[in-house]
Amino acid sequence: MPAVTLPPWTRYKLRLIRKRLLWRGFRSRHDLTSVQNNTSAIAAGDILLFATVRDEALRLPHFLAHYRRLGVRHFLIVDNGSADGTDALLRGAPDVSVWQTHASYKAARFGVKWLAWLLRRYGHGHWTLTVDADELLIYPDHDARDLVALTGWLDARRRRALPAMLLDLYPKGSPDAQHYTPADDPVQVLPYFDPDGYWQERRGSHRAINTMGGPRARVFFEHAPDFAPVLSKLPLVSWHRSYAYLSSTHVALPPVLNTYQPGDSNGAGPSGALLHSKFLPGTAARARVEQVRGQQYTRGPTHDAYYNALGEAPDMWTPAATRFTGWEQLVGLGLMRRGDW
Amino acid sequence: MSFGVILLVHADFDRAAQLVRHWARGGCPVVIHVDRRVKPARFDAFAKAVADLPDVLLSSRTACEWGTWGLVAATQRAAELMLLRFPGVGHVYLASGSCLPLRPVRELVDYLAARPDTDFIESATTSDVAWPVGGLDTERFTLRFPFPWKRYRRLFNGYVRWQRRLGVSRRVPGGLVPHMGSQWWCLTRATLSGILTDPARARYDRYFRRVWIPDESYFQTLARQHARVIESRSLTLSKFDFQGKPHVFYDDHLQLLRRSDCFVARKIWPRADKLYAAFLKDPDSFAPRAEPSPGRIDRVFSKAVDRRIRGRRGLLMQSRFPDGRRSDPMTAQPFSVFQGFAELFDGFEPWLARTTDARVHGHLFARDRVQFNDDQGTMAGGLSDGAALRDYDPEGFLMSLIWNTRGEHQCFQFSPDDAQAIAPRLARDPNAQISVISGAWTVPLFLSRAQIPVIRKKVAHLQRVETAYLGLLRAPGVKARARIWTLAEFVEAPMEHLHTILSEMGGGRVPPPMEVPRMVDLTGFDRFLQDLKNQGLHPHVVGDFPTTGSSGWPSGDTSAEESPGSVAHS
Repeated sequence: MPAVTLPPWTRYKLRLIRKRLLWRGFRSRHDLTSVQNNTSAIAAGDILLFATVRDEALRLPHFLAHYRRLGVRHFLIVDNGSADGTDALLRGAPDVSVWQTHASYKAARFGVKWLAWLLRRYGHGHWTLTVDADELLIYPDHDARDLVALTGWLDARRRRALPAMLLDLYPKGSPDAQHYTPADDPVQVLPYFDPDGYWQERRGSHRAINTMGGPRARVFFEHAPDFAPVLSKLPLVSWHRSYAYLSSTHVALPPVLNTYQPGDSNGAGPSGALLHSKFLPGTAARARVEQVRGQQYTRGPTHDAYYNALGEAPDMWTPAATRFTGWEQLVGLGLMRRGDW
Repeated sequence: MSFGVILLVHADFDRAAQLVRHWARGGCPVVIHVDRRVKPARFDAFAKAVADLPDVLLSSRTACEWGTWGLVAATQRAAELMLLRFPGVGHVYLASGSCLPLRPVRELVDYLAARPDTDFIESATTSDVAWPVGGLDTERFTLRFPFPWKRYRRLFNGYVRWQRRLGVSRRVPGGLVPHMGSQWWCLTRATLSGILTDPARARYDRYFRRVWIPDESYFQTLARQHARVIESRSLTLSKFDFQGKPHVFYDDHLQLLRRSDCFVARKIWPRADKLYAAFLKDPDSFAPRAEPSPGRIDRVFSKAVDRRIRGRRGLLMQSRFPDGRRSDPMTAQPFSVFQGFAELFDGFEPWLARTTDARVHGHLFARDRVQFNDDQGTMAGGLSDGAALRDYDPEGFLMSLIWNTRGEHQCFQFSPDDAQAIAPRLARDPNAQISVISGAWTVPLFLSRAQIPVIRKKVAHLQRVETAYLGLLRAPGVKARARIWTLAEFVEAPMEHLHTILSEMGGGRVPPPMEVPRMVDLTGFDRFLQDLKNQGLHPHVVGDFPTTGSSGWPSGDTSAEESPGSVAHS
């Protein structure tokens, strides 16, 4: 039994929403200009990665290396008007395809609309990773077993997706006081995380489980927990052309993707973590720029205050902060689950 | 006399070729069966890759679909070829392309040479085996299964249902007793040729053609007819998870596999480079070892599987959101909740911390801020002391706190003035040890010497809240261990009651505390209560507090020798 059975009317409404998302994604293909198309190199069964980036020259070298090591065979990237040399980093790589757009990030539902099209066009029948440039996926035993092993294992159990929790990493002291060289592991500069202080609730008509909280909730949303960032994500999905991401990559439709498959009601499956390198140096400047552009996610004054605070590069550290040592630690803390994997 | 290897291959030909070379290098003849569904180009490339090896043959091919007769037919063909072409072979070892030898071939040769008449085949009657997952344990022999499950699942299930309804029951031919076991065996030449040349083989084959997963039962059943010595275990280590899926070994299992001392293990993930490199290298680096001990691996696995299925108490995670959380609250370990003690005793919290090893918090659920002990801004695990964050999910807050501080007993104060949302959950938690001095909240009001009309509203409110809380603790179905005293009852023998609580926290009788907490001065308290009553407010939660001011109430200057406790005892 799935964890939650939705009433038929809700299911139907979600179906309409999904169709609309797919249609909008289809329409958004006009926004995208192909800059470098190596998709002919994609072979059956390859694991694909989809991302929207803007000015990520700092993070991309390690990002690409990390996911290549995990077994990603092709990167499909939407470049939303980068001006810091991001395009040069991507150009020439045989396993990277790039589309350019100068359209509004916000109007494209934070890039999801563009990716919806690419996922539909290229992702069908593949395991797809949809992540941001500041998110590094890890899972139990990721150092010994790559994504090919994981997806094969999930396939054998007829699981369609791997949930993961966004784990905010932060330094001791102001992010801007740190020093980071591209291609380094961001964990060395951002060694701390909150081992607890997360909570979960079911939200929305799809009743998907949302994990919330973490250091950003602790520092920025202490008085407005309702606005705290959602940390649960569904980055790895065995994609079908009828699937769609609903809100960023937090929730996917059809809703069955967000729950476990029938027979797994004990939820024994594994989960991963997305190491979030948001607080690398330069966060503050970025937050200020984004605020001027007005392209960031916001739900009123509470979020405006959040971006104001981010612009000041605050120290997130607390005595309870824990130094990140690896996936075993996250499994021990219950932030990641090993399941029967 | 050596042994021969039958290798069933359907994918990952690079690995298969590597394995073939390994076996051949160890002096074993190898007969390979390649699934007929493999494309000719792939097959030709593979045949070329092993063509240079003298004692390696490819048998004629048949399609091998999981759970069907094809796997048995393939094994039969390869076995016939093996017996015909390699007369020196004493044992035949059945392996697949994902079986990895863990010990040098030489050791297996010696092992088998020392047991020339023994057949190693797991073979148990259906009533003895517990491992088939998904029903169909006896029915696999009494129904017909013409449809492969993987491709025609609905047809398969429908046909099974239909046969059940009709009451179909096949008869096992020739008085055979169906046996089952791992399909990876090692049989002697005598037994194997006995099975293959059995005069009734056509009849047996016809029967097993329609049995479900015959590769787990054909040889296992027939070996019982021909074998002289059956050792009912497989020399190949293979594990199944609780869903009945074969366990795949990855690079991180290297040490585990080394320690198992098994000869062969499966399934090995084809890209586990470390495993292949470690186990297929030259044999001289190995020290001779003892009997295979899959038991060790068993224990490690069952422990892991157990933990993974059940999860751990008091821990919430994204991929395992407990749906019944609201009805089945679970904290990780016992904790204590004190109501009214901090009001009645001066410095109760430091005293409790000194007397026990527990960590003593203030009012965790105070309305303005979480009062962690020592006024920390964040608690173990990064729990914030912000009241809004806590009140957003009080249950999660408490469960996190208890989880993060496991190994240390947590105590906190609670009062009717705190946020009450957590109260119902406390009452349902078997780990909660709740002690209440009802009405003790009147003491600070009394000490503040405020005018009754000023505090009147507050008294009424607090009394209402506390009454509701006591109602929760007294309701049927309460799982918490709750002790409730009225203020009047408690002050009669305070040390006795405190001792009871300490004993409970300590998990048994503990000696009475050396140091006694100081009770606040209650002189005139009876007057205060009477005044409340006179104003029409009956503080009934306080209990029947004696109104005589001269009864010698222990007051603030009580020393340890003449403590209220010792007074009550004497």
